[in-house]
Amino acid sequence: MNGVRRELISASLIVILCLFAWIREPRFFEPQSLNSILLYLPMVAIAAVGQLPVILTGGIDISVGSILGFTGIAVGLMFQSNSHLPIVAAFLFSGLAGGLLGAVNGALVSWGRLPAIVVTIGTLSAFRGLTFLLSRGNQVDSTMLPSSFTNLVQQGIHIGSVTLNEPLLLVFLFAFVASIGLGYTQFGRNVYSVGNNIKAAYLRGISTQWILFSVYAFSGFTAGVSGAIYASRFGFVNPESAGKSFELTVIAAVAIGGVKITGGYGSVLGALLGCLFLACLNVALSVLGINANWQLMVYGLLIILAVLLDSLLRMTKRKAAV
Amino acid sequence: MKKLFLPLIAGALVAGCSPVSSPNSKTTSSTGGDQQIKMVYIAKSSGNPYFNQIESGFKKAAAQFHFEYSTQSPTSADATSQLEIIKDQIQRGVDVIAISPNSPDALDQVLDQARSKGIVVICVDDDLTGNESHRDAAVLPCDTKTVGDSQIALMSKLMGGSGDFAILSATTDAPNQNAWIAEIKSQLATPQYSKLKLVTTVYGNDESQKSATEAEALLTDYPHLKGILSPTSVGLASAAQVLATSGEYPGGPHASTDAIQLTGLSTPNQMKKAVQNGVVASFQLWDPSISGYLAGYLGYMIKEKKLTLSEGGSIEVPNLGTVEDGKNNLIYAGPMLTFDKSNIGNYNF
Repeated sequence: MNGVRRELISASLIVILCLFAWIREPRFFEPQSLNSILLYLPMVAIAAVGQLPVILTGGIDISVGSILGFTGIAVGLMFQSNSHLPIVAAFLFSGLAGGLLGAVNGALVSWGRLPAIVVTIGTLSAFRGLTFLLSRGNQVDSTMLPSSFTNLVQQGIHIGSVTLNEPLLLVFLFAFVASIGLGYTQFGRNVYSVGNNIKAAYLRGISTQWILFSVYAFSGFTAGVSGAIYASRFGFVNPESAGKSFELTVIAAVAIGGVKITGGYGSVLGALLGCLFLACLNVALSVLGINANWQLMVYGLLIILAVLLDSLLRMTKRKAAV
Repeated sequence: MKKLFLPLIAGALVAGCSPVSSPNSKTTSSTGGDQQIKMVYIAKSSGNPYFNQIESGFKKAAAQFHFEYSTQSPTSADATSQLEIIKDQIQRGVDVIAISPNSPDALDQVLDQARSKGIVVICVDDDLTGNESHRDAAVLPCDTKTVGDSQIALMSKLMGGSGDFAILSATTDAPNQNAWIAEIKSQLATPQYSKLKLVTTVYGNDESQKSATEAEALLTDYPHLKGILSPTSVGLASAAQVLATSGEYPGGPHASTDAIQLTGLSTPNQMKKAVQNGVVASFQLWDPSISGYLAGYLGYMIKEKKLTLSEGGSIEVPNLGTVEDGKNNLIYAGPMLTFDKSNIGNYNF
């Protein structure tokens, strides 16, 4: 229905934020800042594309930060045992490892009939524990990763001083697949149906349990790919800090992107715009030189403001429609 | 009846299990007198290269001063598993327990037990802050002044003594970081650093993403920046990756007239690649093996009654020089190690 207009709201929020930042500090539009925004995007955006179907079914996946940490360590250990591993294989392996953890969430939520928030709070801690066990408490250092892997973010399409880094290609790939999957397949329609009314969906013969299982497994897969991107971008993975509070960023991005947090409504484009908003906000807070003690609060308030503005604009539109 | 059996069973379990459950224990004994002192070191957790480095210091001291040294560490860094190990070691009849405690207070009771049996307890790398009466002495790596002074001296040297630099720290409330930064600032007020200017201090919260974004913002906001000092390993590693990406390090693809010199604190393993690639010329850390060596020496000397600690006094340590016995018998090992291309390959922690 008003799908496109909803995304226009998210897009205009980004424009407002960027204009404000630009007025306060013209350097915000320098290539360095744009690169910074583009580097911020891939990790969050891919996991957000995975989080979207989960939230569309009315669920939530809080464990993605720990899945990122686990797979980041796993990728490091893989390269350590075989430094000639093809990079594509590393990403695939990382995704599959994440998908496996996601499948645990999925099984517990669908066949175990447990509330998603409880399950994924539990696995957030359990997967972090698993990360410590896998890493034996040691961090993955840059010496364990081949240069061809850690150089990924430096490569890409150079437009002047701005670089469209290679992991951004993965974002497009995932966004494309998810858009088609959610928008143009029976599976996608079923995901929305489950979110709108799971009982009605079940009565209509939709295999709701299979749908629930799939979306959590997919979310795990995307978080796993983000884990590989993390290792490639930073060149080291600490079992404790990698992916810490990443879940909050991802869920916030999806919410800012106009996705209904109780399920049933939202789009891939919206989730991506939410990520872009957070990327701009993060870079703006740093470039504007806002006092570190204030940053967290400003960050949180602006997220609330963005969601508030979005819902206010939606309400006025609904009234206008009536 | 139960009360009688329990110690028996526990004793049997300990006796039966300890050879099996101690895959991480190694014993280094050296030739010497018949009544050799037995010393054990309990790290925070096993398998951590940092603590292996401390162990190498103990081994050196064991060989030099002729005591029997072994190590036994928990698999995870929690205090309860250290507690069990301490109990085992008391039973084994060790003379000195050196420990990097996982809790400032959870071990108080068992350490008191050990000391009542005449065992000397030395904390290494970390202290029982607030509970200092439960150990004999503590050996910490470096005092605030040494760290701060060495860091600013290195930054100044890399920048050729003049220019703008920024500090990338961890969190605004990290006590170590703030103490070091305060010392750096006080040094900046002295004439020898009059041409250095600290333009800003930013905080990466010890998160890779936040640290990277802050480092990128520094490049944007201060086009003439010549140095970044990051006294935290997450900050330094993230900033190194940012410079590698932007190519603005000395000799990098985008190193214009104002290439950025990056330095700070980290472990050699973490920075090896950045140093080999030339992104980071040199950086610093204390040498954990010196802490181990010093703790080994102190434990041996105190147990042999060749040394009595007195707060405010100074202790002559062979091969190391003079160290100060500070308040609460807290002793700093110092000095700082500087790593660069020429020596980083020699270290593995």
